[in-house]
Parts: sequence; structure tokens; C-alpha cells
Amino acid sequence: MLPREYRTISSLSGPLMMVEKTQDVRYDELVEISLANGEKRRGRVLEIETDRALVQVFEGTSGIDGEDTKVRFVGKVLTLPVARNMLGRVFNGRGEPIDGGAPLIAEQNLDINGMPMNPFSRDYPSEFIQTGISTIDGLNPMVRGQKLPIFSASGLPHNRMAAQIARQATVISGHEDFAVVFAAMGITFEEASFFMEDFRRTGALQRTVLYINLADDPAIERISTPRIALTAAEYLAFECNMHVVVILTDLTNYCEALREISAARKEVPGRRGYPGYLYTDLATMYERAGRLKGKSGSITQIPILTMPEDDKTHPIPDLTGYITEGQIILSRSLHRQGIYPPVDVMPSLSRLKDKGIGKDKTREDHADLMNQLFAAYARGKEAKELAVILGEGALSDEDKAFAKFSTEFEDKYVRQGEYENRTIKETLELGWNLLTMIPVKELKRIRDAYIDKYLKPLLDAKSKTE
Amino acid sequence: MPDKKEVKGVIERISGSLVVAGGMEGASMQDVVHIGELGLVGEILEVKGDKASIQVYEETSGLMPGEPVVSTGEPLSVELGPGIIEQFYDGIQRPLELIEKAANSHFISRGISVPALDRNKKWAFNPKVKVGDEVIAGDILGTVQETVVVEHRIMVPFGLKGKVTKIESGEHTIEDVIAVLDDNGKKYEIKMLQRWPVRKPRPVAQRLAPNVPMTTGQRVVDAFFPVALGGTACVPGPFGSGKTVIQHQFAKWAQAQIVVYVGCGERGNEMTDVLLEFPELDDPQSGQPLMKRTTLIANTSNMPVAAREASVYTAITLAEYYRDMGYSVALMADSTSRWAEALREMSGRLEEMPGEEGYPAYLGTRLASFYERAGRCIVNGKDQREGSITVIGAVSPPGGDLSEPVTQNTLRVTKVFWGLDANLAYQRHFPAINWLSSYSLYTERLDAYWNEKFDDQWSGLRIEAMSLLEQESQLNEIVRLVGIDALSRDERMVMETAKSLREDFLHQNAFHEIDTYASMEKQFKMLRTIVDFHHQGLEALRKGAPMNKLFNLPVREQIARMRYLEEKDINQIDALDEVIKEQINGIVPVGGETNAA
Repeated sequence: MLPREYRTISSLSGPLMMVEKTQDVRYDELVEISLANGEKRRGRVLEIETDRALVQVFEGTSGIDGEDTKVRFVGKVLTLPVARNMLGRVFNGRGEPIDGGAPLIAEQNLDINGMPMNPFSRDYPSEFIQTGISTIDGLNPMVRGQKLPIFSASGLPHNRMAAQIARQATVISGHEDFAVVFAAMGITFEEASFFMEDFRRTGALQRTVLYINLADDPAIERISTPRIALTAAEYLAFECNMHVVVILTDLTNYCEALREISAARKEVPGRRGYPGYLYTDLATMYERAGRLKGKSGSITQIPILTMPEDDKTHPIPDLTGYITEGQIILSRSLHRQGIYPPVDVMPSLSRLKDKGIGKDKTREDHADLMNQLFAAYARGKEAKELAVILGEGALSDEDKAFAKFSTEFEDKYVRQGEYENRTIKETLELGWNLLTMIPVKELKRIRDAYIDKYLKPLLDAKSKTE
Repeated sequence: MPDKKEVKGVIERISGSLVVAGGMEGASMQDVVHIGELGLVGEILEVKGDKASIQVYEETSGLMPGEPVVSTGEPLSVELGPGIIEQFYDGIQRPLELIEKAANSHFISRGISVPALDRNKKWAFNPKVKVGDEVIAGDILGTVQETVVVEHRIMVPFGLKGKVTKIESGEHTIEDVIAVLDDNGKKYEIKMLQRWPVRKPRPVAQRLAPNVPMTTGQRVVDAFFPVALGGTACVPGPFGSGKTVIQHQFAKWAQAQIVVYVGCGERGNEMTDVLLEFPELDDPQSGQPLMKRTTLIANTSNMPVAAREASVYTAITLAEYYRDMGYSVALMADSTSRWAEALREMSGRLEEMPGEEGYPAYLGTRLASFYERAGRCIVNGKDQREGSITVIGAVSPPGGDLSEPVTQNTLRVTKVFWGLDANLAYQRHFPAINWLSSYSLYTERLDAYWNEKFDDQWSGLRIEAMSLLEQESQLNEIVRLVGIDALSRDERMVMETAKSLREDFLHQNAFHEIDTYASMEKQFKMLRTIVDFHHQGLEALRKGAPMNKLFNLPVREQIARMRYLEEKDINQIDALDEVIKEQINGIVPVGGETNAA
């Protein structure tokens, strides 16, 4: 079928344009637009009727006019050229190189929407990833093939933390082919250059692919940026057998772009003006994380989003939380106390933790220790709240011990250096050491055998020094 | 099937999963159609003149106006017959394993057509009727051992009756004729393979009151908020509060003969988890792997939205089929909110007038008619078999806000409400079912059942334990304001027992090999022991026993560890009675006059 050119734009509104008298146009097809001044733009078909098509223009419609602009339907969906030597390169949000290097010689051209993974063909993620951050490794362990977002808010150090994870992430079993795919959606130049600089300085850049859509790039382009990045990741993971960590930042900007298109289409809005299909739309991206049977590669996703007004019930974090396998939540109050990384331990959660830890994976006592630390920290925080109202004197001796524990826990366990890479063993030992502050009979979440094996020696040593 | 003219039209409009086709005169609502050259599967949602609006169960990208649309003239149906158990289907009953083979890929490509049931596999058919027997619809013609635990009963299809003129036996495929009926000269050939439209409930002879419990091995549920066989329950909760783990626990330990688990718009990895784990776990009743009684339906969140809407109907129709055989079936749907969202999305594309939060105005009716397909009943057939479907639906309210339409409409039709609480989840109190806000309308009915079993002690224990928890929440208010010292000694005892109830009884670790399941006997013994300690403790305090000593008695350690006792050792719990008595006597001052604190 020959691509046909049209000059029949009948209406323009926001990022959308209506083209009349079209024939043989396919749904979701790629569209090329040539402006009168020679500028070329791209778009995709959002809706078609027998003789007209609604096109979403990635770069926005400003400057397009109804008479001189030519529209060409390419006859295929938007594809991304991929090749192994993408690694080390920087692309824009549409997948074109912007690092001054040569254009990519494609080994394959892939549909950026991908295809849904067959749940039957999935392999369950169970390989522990050591990030070197205690609050993740010890309490919310991440596994290969998981999607674990960071819920942050404006002004919190989520970028530093994401960079630290990208730098330190490793599996205990040894070093394997490892890559980072980084997609920036609507972040500032400053933030983008922080990541690029950090990757360059630490030598991580040569195993990284970057797709950058900056805050001043067209908002509509952001719709494809994460899909492009995930397509590249799928190629690296399942064709090149690499372990890929995908960092997507900032999903809030993505969702806003989606809302813009939805509003332009005059769709019935769901909560807070976001389209009703926001859940499905996000899921088609997040669900592209995972492992496949018979393939050694994997895709682990770390999406970052900033919660508007620190509100976890805002549709973006809310729907994300329903799709992803847990969440790491950052706390403004810890950040104010100068604690880095300010991980809010209580509401953070890794849903796949139970499969990645335990004997032969991390250590047999990991699960019990984790549950006990959570419970003790929760009780300690409660006791501290009580002490604020009634004064410390009103606390029982046990509550005092828990209160002290929770302070120490934040200071020693949560707090760590940006370049401090703790092994899982160090993290576990740190946990046991902190538990020596609590009476043994209160440690109900731990099996006796582990108390004897791990806690007793520490207690004995402690009583000797006293 | 009545003869229907083949209806053929062309695509006129495409918008996401909605396709409008013209030239569709004669097409009926809810007919299944094939769309475009790829033959994508869709269902007619709306007919206006010669135009039909179709929801497409597969990704529509690449379709073009002018491509053909062909109606099959039949509503969306499932295939019924041996081979359903242990299967892993997508939302429109295509086996995902066969999709993988047909697509030769780990990804789901489009236009794949695979049979729901294996046409070549031979099953050993064991006849239960003789030539000359008169049979009516629902009667069992014969059985097939589908898995080690499930005996598949081949029934006379609805609408048929007559005299058996021929009955086969031995190895047959599902398409072989296994029986011939003669109804006053009309001959009917019956195969093991039957079909049923998913949106039409299968009829039953008589509905029964739900007064038999369905135990789940989960203490907070069985003891305080039980569900009955044939009942309906909902589990709403914000993300991270453990909905899915609870649904998995039910699927694992619920005392049902057949489990249908539908993952509707949820995570792919969760379904993989079930698929890998269930063959490994043994059912406490049969001792066989759980997978031998389970069928899975997955329409994960990244699979096409329209098929998500169909998946719950596919699931409940399969459940009804096994109910009709006389089984107790448990259906877990995770999550019905995603199903409602699929409804909303299609409604939006059809440009219908939206109701609350953009959901269509018929949301409530649809939910109600789905849950109404649950129930305990006498099924069709001369032998008056009893079967049941228990439906447990998870709800994912946005932001944990229970006032949203899906939760509210669900609460109107379900009888059990297990409210998940984010605060409990943060404290890692699992299952995070809030004991103050949850309810079960079956409690009283089921008390009668358990009282009979446990010498009339059950309901008293349950009510006392619940009232202690209630008192605790009130006392907590006081403690928060003026401190724990302001409480009387009796009140301190209440606080202590309530804490023990929470930590030693309600809290249950789904990932602990023993704690994950507790039989009713074990639950009863545990609860009795905790309440017993309360009574003896109160008594001792009144006699002047020091509070600190009482709360720190070594037996409390044993109480805390009851949950880790294996089922075969639960009689050890009975012995704790004596231990409590002995230790408490040890701290009660002689003469009972001193009043040391």
C-alpha cells in the first residue's frame, strides 16, 4: 500500500488534529507531518472513521495550519530501531540520538507498544537483588523482574537514591550481564544532567541507555518515551540476555501528558480529571517488567513519581500502588531530620520479598528478623507518640526500650551514606544488634532457634562488656 | 441452535477497544463477532439501525475501516467438559499454554484461536445409567475421573429429557457421542462437550439458605467473620493491605471441593505465583496438590480491557457447571474493581451518560446480578444433589476510600465485609482485617452449627472475645489521653487479654508453614485458652495477685506459641488449662488480702 499524502486537516485542538477524506488508514498507525516551513513532525492515529482520522501529534500542533501542512500515513505503527550498541548512548524522548554520535544501525525494529506477556510464560521473580541500602535489602527486598516504584515528593532526594540503586544493584550469586535503561519524562535539565554526570563519573554510563524528554520538550512526546525505553529494555533483556534495571522518572509528568490528551479528546474524566483508563494505561507499562521462562535476562522496573502534596491517595501513586509489586515511600519528616535515604519504613513494602529471601538466598533468619524489626519499630513509634502527650514517665519499661530502639533504628539502620554499599550480611547483623535493646520475651515474631543462634551470642557479648 | 443468517458488515470506526461496524442488519446483542482479516474476537454491545458497537477482546492496532466483521450468531459461551480443572485460561477461556504454543512466543499475539478443551484427549467414561432409563435435565449420565480428586459428572444438558437408548463406556474424546436420548421419537445425541453462554445463569431446582460454614483456616475469618457455603463476601482495602495474599489464602485453604480463581486486571506475576505454587501445596482435606481442584483464569492488567470484563462471567459459568455436578465451589475474584473499570471504559467509549465517578449507571445492577449467581442450592436432576458457589470478591477502592461506587454497590449485595486496614498492614498485623469495622451476616446462623460441634461453648467464646476487643478500643482512648495508669486493675486485664487476642490469635502468618492454616478445632482450643486465662487472671487480680507477675507468667509464652503447634499436636493446648491454674495459684497471696500492684 502506498503511503498517501493529505492536505485535508479540518480541525486542530491541543495535541490533536482531524484529517478528512482519508482512505485505508490503520488504527494506531504512525503519521508524518510536514509543515509549510519544512519542519517534520510525527504523530499516531487515535481514532478512525470511514473517511477521517484523529491524529495525536507528538510535538504538539503549534504552527500547523489547515492548508499547507501535509500529512502522510506511513502504514505501520511507531517502531524503535534497537541494537546492542545502544548501551552508552543518549537519545531524546522519541528515540533519536542526541549525543552527537552516529545514528543507530538497527538490528531490529520493534513496535514500541510491545505485546502483553503471557502469564503462563512468566517465570516468578525470586532472585534477590542487593542494592546496598539497608531499608530496601533488609526490610523491603527487591528481586529481579520486580516493579518497585519510589513514591517521593518535591524536594526529596529520590534522584540520588535512584542513582545509588542503579550504581550498586547486584546479585549475590555473582556478576552477570547488567544494564540500566533510563527514561526521563519532563524532568529538568539539571536533574537529567545529575544522572548523566553520576553515570559518567562512576563508569556506569557504558552499560546505560538514556532516553531524555526534558521539561521543555513537547509534553505529548512523553507518552512514547517510557514505551520506547521499555522496548529497548525488552530487547536487551530477552534478546541479549541481560539483566536490565529500568528507571522511569517522573511518572507524574507522564500522567499529566495523558490527561492533556484525554481532555483534548473531550473524554469523560475519572478522578481529578485523569482519564478512566489511567490504570490500564499505566499497567501496560509496569507489566512489562518480569522474567520469562527459558530466558536468562530480566527487566526490573524502578518507576519514580512525585506525589502531589505528599498525598498517597492521589490517583497517580494510588493506581501505581495497585499495579506495582510494592512501593518505597520517602518521608519528609525523616528528610528534615537529615536522614538519608529518608525511606518511610512503615508504609513501604516489597510484595515479592518472601520469594527472594531465606535460606540459600539471603539467610534463613531474614524473614523473621524483618517482621520483628517492623513490629518493634511500629511499637517504638507508638510509644514515642504516647510520650509526647503524657511525658516519658508514663511509659512502661518495655515501651521505653522500644522507644529507644526506634530512635536508634532510624539513626543506625535507616541512615546511611550515599556511597555506602552495605552487604546483606552487614544489614542483617545491624538488625540483630539493634534488637539486643529489647527484652527477649517481646521478640514474638522470631523462631526460638534463630534467637539462640543469632541473638544469644550478641547478648552474651553485651553482658560481658557491661 | 436456531438457524441464524450469517451477518457480515464492515468496520466504520475504531477507537481503542471499541469498533463500530456498519451493514450489520440482523445481528443480535451480545453476539460474538470476528473482526478484520486477523479475525479478532469481539462482542456486540449496542445495535443502532444497521450499526453495531463491538467491544474487542484483543488489541485493535492496525485495524482499518472497511475490513470485514462477521457475526457468529452466538453469544459469548464457554466450553464445558472434562479438562477444565488444572487449566490456566485467559478471560475468554483460551488456554494460555496453548496460546504460547500457537504464538510460539512468550508474548500474546493476536487473532489466535485455540480450543478451550482438548479435542484429542481420551477420557475413561464410566456410565451411571442403563439403556431404558428415563432421565431429565441435570441427571448424571456417567462420570470421568478428571483429576485425582475431581470426579467429573457428565449431565443431561438443560432442555433435554427422555429415555436412554444408547450409552457408551470406556475411552472417549469429548466430541464422541456418549449417549443417545429418545424423547417421544425425537433423538438427541449427547457428547461430553457442552456449551453455555456466559452471561446467562445456569438454572437450579431450588435455592437453600446458607447455614453451613465454609472454613478457610484463617482465624479472624472463621472465628469472627465467617462465610457460609453459598455466601458472598467482599474484601476491600487500599493497596498493600494484603488483599491478594488473603485471596490466595482462601484459594489454598477454603473448604471447597472446587476452586475457581480469577485474576481480573491484576498483576501477571501473581498468577504465575499461583500457577507455580498450587501444584506444590497439598490440600489439607484430600492430601493432594491444590492444583488438582483448581482452575485459573487470568486477564492481567496489561491484557486487553474488554476481555477483563468477560473474565468474571467466564469464571462464574465454570463455577456453576461444577456446582451443577453437586460440588461446593469457591470463586475468588481479584479484583472486581478492575472489572468495573473495564465497564466504565467501554461505557465511556460508547458515549453513554455517566453515573457516579464516570461509572455507568448500570454498575450496581451488573454487580448485583453477578453476586446473585452465588448460592447454595439443590441442583437439577432427579437425585436432588446439593451444590454451592461461594463468591469472594476483592475490591480495590481508589485511595482506600470506601465511599466510592464500586465498594458501595458491592456492600449492598455481599453479606460479609472484611475491611482491610492500612494501619494494621503498616504494623505488619496480617491478615489486616479490621475486627471493629468488619462484619458477617452469617455469624448467628453459623453459631448454631459450631455450638453443636463444640458443646455449646462456641458462640459464648466468640461473643466474649469480640467484646474484649471492643472494650480495648474504648479503653485505648482513655490511655491515649491520660495514660495506662489511669485504668483499674480489671481494665488492665482486659487490655492484656485483648492484646493477646490480637497478637496470638488474630495475627496469622500466611508464610509460616504451620501458622498459615488453623483447623476449627485448633481455633476453638486457642480461643478457649486465651479467654480462660482472662477469667482466671481477673479472679486472681481480685484476690490480690500482683499484676506484673500475672502478666509475665511463663505460661503466656506458651499461649503465644499455640499457633505454631501442628494440627496433630493440638491436644497439647488442652493441657494449658492446668498449667494456667497452677501458675496463677502460685502468685495469688495466701488468704488473698494483700493488694500488691
